[in-house]
Amino acid sequence: MTAAALRPARLGPRDVVRVGAVGLRTRPMRAFLSALGIAIGIAAMVAVVGVSASSRADLDRALAALGTNLLTVAPGSTLTGERARLPVESEAMVARIAPVREVSAVGLLEDAKVYRTSRIPETDTNGIAAYATRTDLRAATGAALRSGTWLNGATASFPATVLGSTAARRLGIGHAGPDVQVLIGRTLFTVVGVLDPAPLAPELDSAALVGWPVAQARLGFDGHPTTIYTRSRDASVEQVREVLGATANPEAPNEVAVSRPSDALAARKAAGEAFTGLLLGLGAVALLVGGVGVANTMVISVLERRAEIGLRRSLGATRSQIRTQFLAESLLLSLLGGAGGALLGTLVTAVYALYQGWPVVIPAWAVAGGMAATLVIGAVAGLYPAVRASRLSPTEALSAA
Amino acid sequence: MIALRDVTKEYAGGVRALAGVSLHVEPGELVAIVGPSGSGKSTMLNVLGTLDRPTSGTVHIAGHDVGRLPDAKLSALRAHQIGFVFQQFHLAQGTKAIDNVADGLLYTGLGPGARRRRAAQALERVGLGHRMGHEAHELSGGERQRVAIARAVAGDPALLLADEPTGALDSASGDGVMALLRGLHEAGTTVVIITHDREIAASLPRQVRMRDGLITDDSAAAVPS
Ligand SMILES: Nc1ncnc2c1ncn2[C@@H]1O[C@H](COP(=O)(O)OP(=O)(O)OP(=O)(O)O)[C@@H](O)[C@H]1O
Ligand SMILES: [Mg+2]
Repeated sequence: MTAAALRPARLGPRDVVRVGAVGLRTRPMRAFLSALGIAIGIAAMVAVVGVSASSRADLDRALAALGTNLLTVAPGSTLTGERARLPVESEAMVARIAPVREVSAVGLLEDAKVYRTSRIPETDTNGIAAYATRTDLRAATGAALRSGTWLNGATASFPATVLGSTAARRLGIGHAGPDVQVLIGRTLFTVVGVLDPAPLAPELDSAALVGWPVAQARLGFDGHPTTIYTRSRDASVEQVREVLGATANPEAPNEVAVSRPSDALAARKAAGEAFTGLLLGLGAVALLVGGVGVANTMVISVLERRAEIGLRRSLGATRSQIRTQFLAESLLLSLLGGAGGALLGTLVTAVYALYQGWPVVIPAWAVAGGMAATLVIGAVAGLYPAVRASRLSPTEALSAA
Repeated sequence: MIALRDVTKEYAGGVRALAGVSLHVEPGELVAIVGPSGSGKSTMLNVLGTLDRPTSGTVHIAGHDVGRLPDAKLSALRAHQIGFVFQQFHLAQGTKAIDNVADGLLYTGLGPGARRRRAAQALERVGLGHRMGHEAHELSGGERQRVAIARAVAGDPALLLADEPTGALDSASGDGVMALLRGLHEAGTTVVIITHDREIAASLPRQVRMRDGLITDDSAAAVPS
């Protein structure tokens, strides 16, 4: 046999995994605990990304259902800082803008307090506001009825009211009915309907809505709208927005506040995203700590298994095969942690999203990125111990036992 | 099979474990190495087994100049040509006897099926065919050493090196282990055994006596073969 014929055998991938798993098999508790560190980090990151993606999916779904073409017009403030008013005819003028398809309005009844019974003292305000309401408001805002009926041409002239969801809860009213009444101003109004929460018009949630005519007749309403709701063709929303102020109040276009509620909704979610970034950072720190745990486990593992290393060397393992073994062990450890963490994070996301009534969305990039980070951490954590193991002299390693 | 020439080994701190050793062992020999504790027996065996490199001098094993081989080739030489038996057995805990032996063949390039087959054969050969599924802690000391021998010989090495293989065993178990090693020798394997047991040493065809890192007596030198 010549020197050239000596060639170390290559280990197949299956053998590499098997040899790499020796440490995990013989010390399962330690393997579990150090993988747990990684798992917590990955789970935190996947859950943070998953929850925020699910909530965004929910918003997208909601916006798709609600539409993003709702614009509202409200009085701003005058140059002297007083509260401005919209002209009585502003609603009709807005309706004349060509791409505007629907217009509706409410007028706040500042002096009309809302109570369940007359026995409650008037000073006890409960945050419920009464509004004079056009009968087409529901179509314009997309507010859905939870119970009862909406105002119509007939009930708009009678003491009948539709309550927003929060208002109904505060008044202790579960559902509408002919014998359910609330006191608005000094008049008893029959609750004919209760609304679901209206995401695009949250001011309606704590409102008691009454018909325009009855408000004028019984509650001293002056006919000035306080919010005009418009729906336009989707493509023309920006265009409408630009002319809306001047159309609603041609004499003082600066005293008009125009807004797009769907933007506000999206912005509120975006504000939550900064928080998501922070949580993601915390997850990354947890992951890093997990990586340190794996490195620690690997260093101890190499120290404890010197005899095994010596034996393997005596059986013909090359330095690089020893290195590969411990690197594989470290990768397996962190991969186990990563897979467990991804599973856990997915579970947490699913439970939380389902609890919130959101669609469950776990971005593939988050899971893939988590696994990639895991691999990198496993490699980095295992590198130094693996090199140390491979540099051990076989005789020293054997005599360690 | 083995040719050491003027081999010295110095450890850090100036300990001269081998002080110029020359030794020839022909293929198929059965050699006992004896000597007081600290005389350099284990050091020499490690050099023979290519686990350690000498400070100076040359080592030829199975025709290879060990000093000129890189780590990967030395490892291949160990995998294919050299088997080791240690006083402390070095069996993997929580692993069945057959897997201990089969894993010993991991670095020979055999597939998993062939490794298991050979492991089973080797265990039969050491008389442990009925203990294949037992883990190390379920075996007696003598049985453990026989598993270790099975692991050392499963790959059919030309050279078997044993450092006090009976050192941790009672005399009956030790006799069993020695019988096995003699059998391997009869089958053609070159066997070198370090032993403290005078009786065992005397029963082997050749004795090499060491003291203070030197070979003081070699029975083959008196009766050259
Ligand atoms: N790694 C080491 N570093 C420093 N000195 C060592 C090392 N290994 C062995 N020695 C020294 O080298 C000398 C020879 O040791 P060796 O182990 O070869 O003796 P031995 O003949 O096998 O002894 P024993 O019969 O007790 O096993 C001793 O003096 C020992 O202290
Ligand atoms: Mg010794």
